[in-house]
Amino acid sequence: MARMQRREFLNLGARLAGGALLSSRVAFGRTDERKSRFVLIIMRGALDGLATVAPYGDRDYARLRGEFALRAPAEAGGALPLNGFFGLHPSLGFLQQCYAARELTVFHALASPYRERSHFDGQDVLENGSPRAHALQSGWLNRALARVPGPAQREAGVALGQNVPLVMRGPAEVTSWSASKLGALDEDTLARITDLYAGDTLLAVRLADALAADAIASADGGGTAAAVMPDTAARAMSASGTPPPARPAQANGARYAEVVRAAAGFLRQEAGPRVAMFDTTGWDPHANGGAAQGQLAARLAALDQGLATLKQELGPVWSDTAVLLVTEFGRTAAINGTRGTDHGTATAALLVGGAVAGGRVIADWPGLSARALYQGRDLAPTLDLRSVLKGLLHEHLLVPPPELERTVFPDSTAAKPLRGLVRA
Amino acid sequence: MREPFTSAIAANRFGLGARPGELAAIDGDGRDWLRAQLRAEPPALSDPQLRSSAQTLAQALELRQEMRAARKSDAAAAAALQKLPQFLRPIYLSEASVRFREAVSTTRPLVERLTQFWTNHFTVSVDKELLTGLAGSFEREAIRPHVLGNFSDLLLAVETHPAMLLYLDNHLSVGPHSEGALRLERRAQPRKIGINENLAREILELHTLGVGGGYTQADVTTFAEVITGWSIGGEGGPFAGGEPGKFLFRPELHEPGAKRVLGIRYADGGYGQGVAVLRDLAAHRATARFIATKLARHCIADEPPPEAVARLALAFTGSGGDLPTVYRALIDSREAWVQPLAKYKTPSDYIISAFRGLTLPVDAGQAALAPFALLGQRSWAPGSPAGWPDRSADWDGAAALMQRIEWADAVGQRLGNRRDAMQLAPQLLGANLSAATGSAVAHAASASQAVTLLLAAPEFMRR
Repeated sequence: MARMQRREFLNLGARLAGGALLSSRVAFGRTDERKSRFVLIIMRGALDGLATVAPYGDRDYARLRGEFALRAPAEAGGALPLNGFFGLHPSLGFLQQCYAARELTVFHALASPYRERSHFDGQDVLENGSPRAHALQSGWLNRALARVPGPAQREAGVALGQNVPLVMRGPAEVTSWSASKLGALDEDTLARITDLYAGDTLLAVRLADALAADAIASADGGGTAAAVMPDTAARAMSASGTPPPARPAQANGARYAEVVRAAAGFLRQEAGPRVAMFDTTGWDPHANGGAAQGQLAARLAALDQGLATLKQELGPVWSDTAVLLVTEFGRTAAINGTRGTDHGTATAALLVGGAVAGGRVIADWPGLSARALYQGRDLAPTLDLRSVLKGLLHEHLLVPPPELERTVFPDSTAAKPLRGLVRA
Repeated sequence: MREPFTSAIAANRFGLGARPGELAAIDGDGRDWLRAQLRAEPPALSDPQLRSSAQTLAQALELRQEMRAARKSDAAAAAALQKLPQFLRPIYLSEASVRFREAVSTTRPLVERLTQFWTNHFTVSVDKELLTGLAGSFEREAIRPHVLGNFSDLLLAVETHPAMLLYLDNHLSVGPHSEGALRLERRAQPRKIGINENLAREILELHTLGVGGGYTQADVTTFAEVITGWSIGGEGGPFAGGEPGKFLFRPELHEPGAKRVLGIRYADGGYGQGVAVLRDLAAHRATARFIATKLARHCIADEPPPEAVARLALAFTGSGGDLPTVYRALIDSREAWVQPLAKYKTPSDYIISAFRGLTLPVDAGQAALAPFALLGQRSWAPGSPAGWPDRSADWDGAAALMQRIEWADAVGQRLGNRRDAMQLAPQLLGANLSAATGSAVAHAASASQAVTLLLAAPEFMRR
């Protein structure tokens, strides 16, 4: 209850301050700057934005997508309603509830500065934060973490997985964490290995990070360590009435359960990292991708379930959390010759969480007519991903704007930060 | 560089990790030992359990038809759904354990490392169901026979192998003006058909020129048209016919006409048109540079010195893509021999070198593969067609290190006092063995802890 009243107060403060939303937010200050939490989920493989958030109101959509076009919300198996023009894929029931609760913002016709069609360079640009592939060896999220105000923290962020993806590599101390599958080491062996690494900078730091992450994980009252219950997601999925998905999606669903529980375990703690990230794969259906049902539907269902689990596991911390889902680029507007889609350009991104000022679709919709398509084949980009990231990193994590321009997203002045993405 | 270092580098970076006695056997310059490995035919893996891709695929396609037919009844469908994975999984397990056994026991570890390099370069992944049964036979049929041959032949063998055609969706790609397309469009319920550009794009981007190699989206699309009709036999519907499970050129699905790729005009020659493009791609300077960079990254350093890359590229071009010539240029590169521990081991490198160093037996089936899954590199399962990454930062995460150490601990405990790490340390690490590691192993509290410390040592984490 106390939390609710505080939120009401902050909202009131924001309203009084009128348009000066940003400054009011910073001026009123959160007495506890550490409150806000951020989760980044990278969907590797080029998510089909036109199937995830369908522009069923666009008159060219059904023509381009043919039998794979999602139908309007009123129809059986149709999209889940958003704003009368866009609808969510029918597998995304939890996300639609979030939209209704004003906790989901959808961005559409969005793209990173990358304009070619290689997954690997596309992901590199998505992660390194510069306009060019391989231009930087560190990631924007790490550089932003290094500029978050407040006392420096030993573990500012955690990557759920064995290794740290590029987006999270860089000067700020971050760690990676995955559940131990074998027995833990005895203290004597560990001490000897620590000694052995004393002269090796890389291994000494990595080992210290791993131990720090383990300490945080075990301080979670066993919640994180006990999080490895891979069958839970499968059970939850069948309970939700989703048809039994193909093998890979089942594995995916199980993987999300483990990962999101671990993420929540870290983020719940006062002294833990405030930023968590993980990546997901399998968003590249060149053939037989399906529409309301099929490969993509099964994967989206698993993801939706994973997000629902994240909210549940975060408990009250959900209201301080923003989760951003992004991909390297979109897919062709039309279906290809093998009932799938090829690499494209603009796509959709999703921002969900209790801290999100949601219930909106933010898109300067370019349309899908032959003339409007980028190079005659892809959804044209009208929103720079960096505008979303800059707005979010400033409002949510209080990264100073000059740092965003200078170190986090070099050469991005044209991409103005979006404002009002999170609740005041 | 003193000779002890050349043998340690030869066995651990170019090879797959020293087996006891290997460093002593190298006896002299590690470079000679490596060159000698390139001289004979590459070893072929033989095991009574292994079957050809065509055999596996023909049966898998049959099971798929059965599954489709069984959809009418729920009970039958559930049973049929299990049949395909139950058929494919044991094939995957035996392929992976035979390959693992070869890596652990081979006396020509350079050839095996190069095989794995090319398999990774031409990735197929078991993330696609049918590939579970084909990844191993693909490596045996398309990669191994050409690993000491010419790049152009390797490329053609790979791109016409059913596993690659399935993995990158080319088998169903149809030329929009082909006879087949026109026939399908005349049907009562016309189904949209056309090209799929996935294989064409990855050939250009990942297999030959490399990203930034000078091709455009138009080149991708046209090249995809060039290889329409590159398919496999034994599918259903409009793709029926041919010998089940084998490569099949389907002229009726091939986009007719002359086509221009990378500025060169290719007359319509059916199947030959695609072969001509592949031959030209194999001989392209960008390809030479791309392959040279990847090989240098693999055996010299994460960021390989440009002079070494240029030398390898020249060897590639000058020899018309003769791979042993390129490998010899790599072995002759001074830069490969100055920094003894330049590369951080991938999980697969780490596991194989531990098995070799400790002469551990490779179990059959699932047990053999458990460490690969545990340490994050399941056999033939990289997350994308780009294959596994090859830089330290991709593998040296904190959690990954912890998993390695825990695994090293489990290996130590399993062995108890059946291995003498103090005696093994110089045999495995040679001149790379540091005083700190030597002393830690010597003063370990138990034989099993000594094994753990040896495997956890900084110089065993690298190659």
